[in-house]
Amino acid sequence: MLLSRGGMWTLGGRGRWHGRALAVWATEAAQRGRPEPRPTPTCGTPTEFRARDRLYSSAERKEKIDMSGFSVENIRNFSIIAHVDHGKSTLADRLLELTGTIDKTKNNKQVLDKLQVERERGITVKAQTASLFYDCEGKQYLLNLIDTPGHVDFSYEVSRSLSACQGVLLVVDANEGIQAQTVANFFLAFEAQLSVIPVINKIDLKNADPERVEKQIEKVFDIPSDECIKISAKLGTNVERVLQAVIERIPPPKVHRKNPLRALVFDSTFDQYRGVVANVALFDGVVAKGDKIVSAHTKKIYEVNEVGVLNPNEQPAHKLYAGQVGYLIAGMKDVTEAQIGDTLYLHKQPVEPLPGFKSAKPMVFAGMYPVDQSEYSNLKSAVEKLTVNDSSVTVHRDSSLALGAGWRLGFLGLLHMEVFNQRLEQEYNASVILTTPTVPYKAVLSSAKLIKEYREKEITIINPAQFPDKSKVTEYLEPVVLGTIITPDEYTGKVMMLCQARRAVQKNMTFIDQNRVMLKYLFPLNEIVVDFYDSLKSLSSGYASFDYEDAGYQTAELVKMDILLNGNTVEELVTIVHKDKAHSVGKAICERLKDSLPRQLFEIAIQAAVGSKIIARETVKAYRKNVLAKCYGGDITRKMKLLKRQAEGKKKLRKVGNVEVPKDAFIKVLKTQSDK
Amino acid sequence: MGMCATEPCKWLGPLGSHVARLIHPCPQWPYCEKRCSYCNFNKYIPRGVEEAAMRSCLVTEARTLLRLSGVRRVESVFFGGGTPSLASPSTVAAVLEAVDQASHLPADSEVTLEANPTSAPGARLAAFGAAGINRLSIGLQSLDDTELQLLGRTHSASDALQTLAEARRLFPGRVSVDLMLGLPAQKLGPWLQQLHELLGHCDDHISLYQLTLERGTSLFTQVQRGTLPAPDPEVAAEMYQEGREVLREAGFRQYEVSNFARNGALSTHNWTYWQCGQYLGVGPGAHGRFVPQGAGGHPREARIQTLEPDNWMKEVMLFGHGTRKRVPLGKLELLEEVLAMGLRTDMGITHQHWQRFESQLSLWEVFGSSQEVKALLMQGLLLLDRRGLRCSWEGLAVLDSLLLTLLPRLQEAWLQRAPSPV
Repeated sequence: MLLSRGGMWTLGGRGRWHGRALAVWATEAAQRGRPEPRPTPTCGTPTEFRARDRLYSSAERKEKIDMSGFSVENIRNFSIIAHVDHGKSTLADRLLELTGTIDKTKNNKQVLDKLQVERERGITVKAQTASLFYDCEGKQYLLNLIDTPGHVDFSYEVSRSLSACQGVLLVVDANEGIQAQTVANFFLAFEAQLSVIPVINKIDLKNADPERVEKQIEKVFDIPSDECIKISAKLGTNVERVLQAVIERIPPPKVHRKNPLRALVFDSTFDQYRGVVANVALFDGVVAKGDKIVSAHTKKIYEVNEVGVLNPNEQPAHKLYAGQVGYLIAGMKDVTEAQIGDTLYLHKQPVEPLPGFKSAKPMVFAGMYPVDQSEYSNLKSAVEKLTVNDSSVTVHRDSSLALGAGWRLGFLGLLHMEVFNQRLEQEYNASVILTTPTVPYKAVLSSAKLIKEYREKEITIINPAQFPDKSKVTEYLEPVVLGTIITPDEYTGKVMMLCQARRAVQKNMTFIDQNRVMLKYLFPLNEIVVDFYDSLKSLSSGYASFDYEDAGYQTAELVKMDILLNGNTVEELVTIVHKDKAHSVGKAICERLKDSLPRQLFEIAIQAAVGSKIIARETVKAYRKNVLAKCYGGDITRKMKLLKRQAEGKKKLRKVGNVEVPKDAFIKVLKTQSDK
Repeated sequence: MGMCATEPCKWLGPLGSHVARLIHPCPQWPYCEKRCSYCNFNKYIPRGVEEAAMRSCLVTEARTLLRLSGVRRVESVFFGGGTPSLASPSTVAAVLEAVDQASHLPADSEVTLEANPTSAPGARLAAFGAAGINRLSIGLQSLDDTELQLLGRTHSASDALQTLAEARRLFPGRVSVDLMLGLPAQKLGPWLQQLHELLGHCDDHISLYQLTLERGTSLFTQVQRGTLPAPDPEVAAEMYQEGREVLREAGFRQYEVSNFARNGALSTHNWTYWQCGQYLGVGPGAHGRFVPQGAGGHPREARIQTLEPDNWMKEVMLFGHGTRKRVPLGKLELLEEVLAMGLRTDMGITHQHWQRFESQLSLWEVFGSSQEVKALLMQGLLLLDRRGLRCSWEGLAVLDSLLLTLLPRLQEAWLQRAPSPV
């Protein structure tokens, strides 16, 4: 799916190069009483500090800094948004270097992504934040770079991060031009009414065509082409201009230090020793160690243990003031206590919570089982450790007759699921069976009895076993997304056919330049969760890009499909499917089962059924001959060994009626099909 | 080249006789002219076999093992291989004489030689007859020259028919032929024609073998590489079913999964295997199963002779035998063999036969109450009645699947009966 490489400054190599500039600066502050913006004639790095910072020991670096000196007018809060590989991380590295936040060393190339999966896949799973101190025309500015997760699965987090900003840098590759994720990101920023600074990157490339990209930006985003800044983040060309534009074009936050505290939680991580570390943006007021604060969502009260800024690692401060961005530790034990989008306020001084808070809403569900049941406990602890840092994964214990004990996990999207699975394998060495992902359907109940039972009229169906009968519902609903596809126009025909086959409805089609088309389609989510992106990529030789945003629910003719073996329902394989897709899905499952069911002493009918109607059927013929031809003296020992081994294996088979089903068969049917 | 089988020498008891002191030796001739493309048996392409040395070792080992077994009467001898018909008749005579001296080899004992078809078989077969052979098993395999080439055989279809005719003249009523089925690209129709043609020439015993692709053979490699099509198991199953039918109509009794006889010409020797009788294995890589004499309650042993002929010979010369491995068989293991082997025969396991091995736990007790076994009885694949336990006509073809239900049931019943089995 869509990935974006992102900066991970905070978490890489704590306390090495990070924090030096700040530590020095803190010392200066201590000498002067507070960090007055120093009179420097031009904008640039506070070189004086950087030259001296090496004199100080590490103990001094932990000294608390005083943040009271930054008046709101000198604060800018911004994000960088970009399509994958358009250079977001490289630009961020340059900005950090320019402001002296990190040393200019070779090691700053690209990201310092902490997670192996982030490095490998070039995505940012966790948002990162850094406060940059920048001198310009005699003023010292505090520029808070609030990095966002780089994927559509995390669009809620992106929107929360953006709500802490007043502007964004929209980075576009001078060669590739606008891509689907550029569009999605732009509209998120646009809807949040942020200032957008278009940055055309990679102008040093041979095939760079920044003029064409300017025109695209003008056409698609209605931004005059002279507003674009053309840079090469790799070579550092024009990057200084970006910082100036941040100061000039992005307004300072509209906040009030004198009002009671109102802080937005836009990210949180879990630290084994200190508990939850919440990243916050202060909209009003001040917060300091010892303050009693309340979560607007949970109404729980906490005492603040520590506040500070991220530079990009944690640097404790005496206080955080309105308009500033930093971190806060307050004895929260669990990331669910500091949910993204929540508002914190002072005890007994309640405020109106900031708008837009939503609890994490899983959009894709999948069963997860250990390959071997003896691994259950290990896997359980690995899942717990991972979810401690990611409250957006929902976990419900589940068990399958075929696959044993496991969980039904809810993810924000497919990539989120893949990343989770990959982290389990890489960081915890856990090998799991992941079942085909499903989406949360809904049913509007008509049966009074059921409404009473569920205590609501509209229910969400996660487990197909709970699917209420048609006679008891007014309608079924399925989640839909608004997808954006940008493709060279030679592939438009194929792309449109693919979308049609996925039950998508075209909403818009625009030429963004002479040979690139932007298509908008409304997709049922379940049509894209498995292999849509791969199909799109392969039919367009990799050139089409895709992104989507949540578009609510739509009425759908859903049916429950049973898979029968000689007339007995296989509980593991009950599926909710759109009426129009029942035949093809049923057929595919029957075929996969046929290929993986071993012959038995009787014929096996594999059927897909909707209600009492059979919609697909395959047959596994009975064994006609299964006896070793030759069996004399020398062969006996070998043959007996073989038979006993087979008999042992037979004991482990799951029986559906009289049909023996090996675990492999279920895995082949249930597992995500990656080979399509 | 002959049957490339390393078959043990078997000394078989009479049908249904008491298992105790009757023994069937199976001397092995480990050499072949050439490697067959499907054969993974223990065999060697000789580089100047020192036949005198081999003869003396076979004689020595036969004597040693017979003495160990305490056998007083040998019911049958089976010369397997390798290609034992490559050995000289004098070697066969020497081994038989040694057997008769060490124990007793009655004149009516069954003495079988595995032989491969050759272009001029007459004189040699007669010499084997004079040496004491009274039954021939001919590795005919196919009556199609292309198939014979595919199998890597050195003989032609006409060699096969000529050898068969000669053998019938010399050993009337005591000649068996092997026919293979399920070869790559083999079709049902032509194969049935071969079978019909064979019926026009054969004696009273036929074995039908489905080709098993064994790892390490040239056929296996060719199929793996895709240069040959994989044999189609469906077609092979049809050949087997149709073949059984054809032979039944021709008056043959299918007395075992792969073996058909008329006029009572069953192989006494092989019957002993399926009835879990005792047999000695003589020669490189031979297997045997017997209760050593004076073992005083010691169980039946599975014995394997040293595999490589050169090493085996050295050991025989040093110790009088080349037994490489002796594995005592537990009671349950023996019963499992009784079950798995017995059900291969048309008679199955009679209550009487079962009782010889297990007097406490009857077949009824083991299998009578199991729901899974009842399902097999209901399906008509298995029969359990006053005679005993046996496969139906349909069940025999899928015996290996039936055993996957029966073996665990036997184990369960055994454990319930004896909490700490040996």
